[in-house]
Amino acid sequence: MTVIGWFQIILYCAIVVALTKPLGWYMTRVFGGERTLLSPVLRPIETGIYWISGVDEKREQHWLTYTVAMLLFHVGGFLIIYGLMRLQAVLPFNPAGQSAVAEDLSFNTAISFITNTNWQNYGGESTLSYLVQMLGLTHQNFLSAATGIALAVALIRGFSRASMRTVGNFWVDVTRTTLYVLLPICVVYTLFLVSQGIPQTLGDYVEATTLEGARQTIAVGPVASQVAIKMLGTNGGGFFNVNAAHPFENPTALSNFVQMLSIFALGAALTNVFGRMVGNQRQGWAILAVMGVLFVAGVAVTYWAEANGTSTLHALGLTGGNMEGKEVRFGIVASSLFAVITTAASCGAVNAMHDSFTALGGMVPLINMQLGEIIVGGVGAGLYGMLLFVVLSIFVAGLMVGRTPEYVGKKIEAREVKMAMLAILVLPLMYLGWTAVGVVYPAAVASMANAGPHGFTEVLYAFTSATGNNGSAFAGLTGNTFFYNLTLASAMFVGRFFMIVPAMAIAGSLAAKKSVPPSAGTFPTTGGLFVGLVVGVILIIGGLTFFPALALGPIVEHLAMNAGQVF
Amino acid sequence: MLREIRPAIVLLLALTAITGLAYPLAMTGIAGALFPVQAQGSLIERDGKVIGSALIGQAFKDDKYFHGRPSATLAPDPNDSTKTVPAPYNAANSGGSNLGPTSRALADRLKEDVDKLRRENPNASVPVDLVTTSASGLDPDISPEAAQFQVPRVAKARNLPDGQVRQLVDANTEGRLLGFLGEPRVNVLALNLALDRIAAK
Repeated sequence: MTVIGWFQIILYCAIVVALTKPLGWYMTRVFGGERTLLSPVLRPIETGIYWISGVDEKREQHWLTYTVAMLLFHVGGFLIIYGLMRLQAVLPFNPAGQSAVAEDLSFNTAISFITNTNWQNYGGESTLSYLVQMLGLTHQNFLSAATGIALAVALIRGFSRASMRTVGNFWVDVTRTTLYVLLPICVVYTLFLVSQGIPQTLGDYVEATTLEGARQTIAVGPVASQVAIKMLGTNGGGFFNVNAAHPFENPTALSNFVQMLSIFALGAALTNVFGRMVGNQRQGWAILAVMGVLFVAGVAVTYWAEANGTSTLHALGLTGGNMEGKEVRFGIVASSLFAVITTAASCGAVNAMHDSFTALGGMVPLINMQLGEIIVGGVGAGLYGMLLFVVLSIFVAGLMVGRTPEYVGKKIEAREVKMAMLAILVLPLMYLGWTAVGVVYPAAVASMANAGPHGFTEVLYAFTSATGNNGSAFAGLTGNTFFYNLTLASAMFVGRFFMIVPAMAIAGSLAAKKSVPPSAGTFPTTGGLFVGLVVGVILIIGGLTFFPALALGPIVEHLAMNAGQVF
Repeated sequence: MLREIRPAIVLLLALTAITGLAYPLAMTGIAGALFPVQAQGSLIERDGKVIGSALIGQAFKDDKYFHGRPSATLAPDPNDSTKTVPAPYNAANSGGSNLGPTSRALADRLKEDVDKLRRENPNASVPVDLVTTSASGLDPDISPEAAQFQVPRVAKARNLPDGQVRQLVDANTEGRLLGFLGEPRVNVLALNLALDRIAAK
């Protein structure tokens, strides 16, 4: 570890915190339907969309209607992606002549993108036409991100409203998020990325003759426009197979730094939106503080482990850390930082190969996802995931003092706690259950690229990432098989919607409750004690759930490595 | 609930058209006008022919060129399309080795490469990036240490004094942005092009 390395990490955190307040201010105005700087341009488009689709923006929805609207929207998104992938061979914008994508891979990819996972069983440049990349993947990058934000806002309304039957209008929330938040940022962001060297062209793959006279086919395409939204929307599905490690997806140290910022920007800002909407910004900062504690701890472990290297490297006298699967322009620190950010948020873009990380360095991304990606988290999903843990923590605190727990003026009762537990328990059921199948079913075992405990970790990582809607991978695992295409799709589906529906049920139930003014007996939820309590609950629940699985994978691998064992 | 069906179709199609077609196509037009070189892939031409991209590494084997990092990219086997064969720096199919820290295959590969490099230059310690595969398999850069390590071999193959080649490496070394962001690096293709320009003089 170096001073310059830590300086980059601290600067990163400082900029994220600095962006939280202004972005939170702007987004709160957008969700409140107020005028913004961009309204003169975007308002006519917005009203036009409502007009043709028959949406009355004044009419709000019950939580159940809101949820059904969201589900219908996803059915449509699924059909668009699946159809485009199956038909890409006969559709335009296909200069590389890609053939139709197989049924199981198309199914997996469609589920992957509507759930904001963006797991890549496909290999970007070797599988997909430009049309699929744009009309299929780029569009769903926007809409799955907008959906996540809309749901988080609906849950916040549950906390901020009193005695109401409705939580907002899904169509309006999605449209406004897309038009006023995601699209304007992406336009500027895309141009910045192109200036750094990311291609944005509809031209053919380039045929080059190298200095030594060999032929090199260089894949290009409309890359920058997709990279912008895949980062900002914490989607993470790459244009290319190796995602943000590809020099065309992340060409410079600056592009890398800005990409890391854009993963956290909206998720962090939503904590401020929460604070503003419940009438006390300090409530938002407290949540961000919980996230910050867990984040910095994760960065420290991964950075230390990667800088330290492996026994294999030490035995050969190689110093400078574990550079297998990392790019020179990012080095140890930017690769480690990126890995922790991308799994803390549910982004899943990678700028280094997590499969080649040290055992402990690769364990932190795994833990981040198993905690439910609540450390800033996916846009929207991170906040509602964190609020579920807050509900539990408040409940635990209430038990300790023997009072009905309250949070931001709402009594937390049996229904909320049950729903929060349901959402939190369904995730381990998916990733531990499927991992158990994956390590005994012969066709699944054949997909492992590494032997020994590392092979187990590959499988555990895959199902954890899918369930958490992350999308990063221990990419040695051959995921494009019938078994993994279907099981991973089921994990992504359950991980997304079995978390959303309980969260929305909580939103509906909270919105209907009266607001109680704080009294002397109210547990203050803006101070250090609250932050410590939530961190504790997260680690205890998380630790009890997945520690045994980690012991079989990364922990035993670390011990084996120190003993000089290879597999 | 039935009245949610119409927006589920129409609003979805409208937003799809905006974000999936209008946005990427408009960006293609604007970016192409503002940054024509980058938008096409930062291609480098010599004598009117495209010889590669400034951002994409190439496979160098010849002693008279600086070599990049090992690359784990693959290509379909010409004899059996269900299999793949190693194809270093295949820019149409990026990929890493994905070998883990306790992989025997990785340990064996590292040992072989380190031994080879020690024979080539016994006077310097082997830089780690010169024996580890990059994440993309297309890393255009090596560390300044990895470039300096190769100077004796390149100088000998080109009959140039060590000092002159070392100067060229220094001139092609990029530092950290603003002194702290990123890592120092040498673009291998740019360095080799500079070498060829000296030879041409």
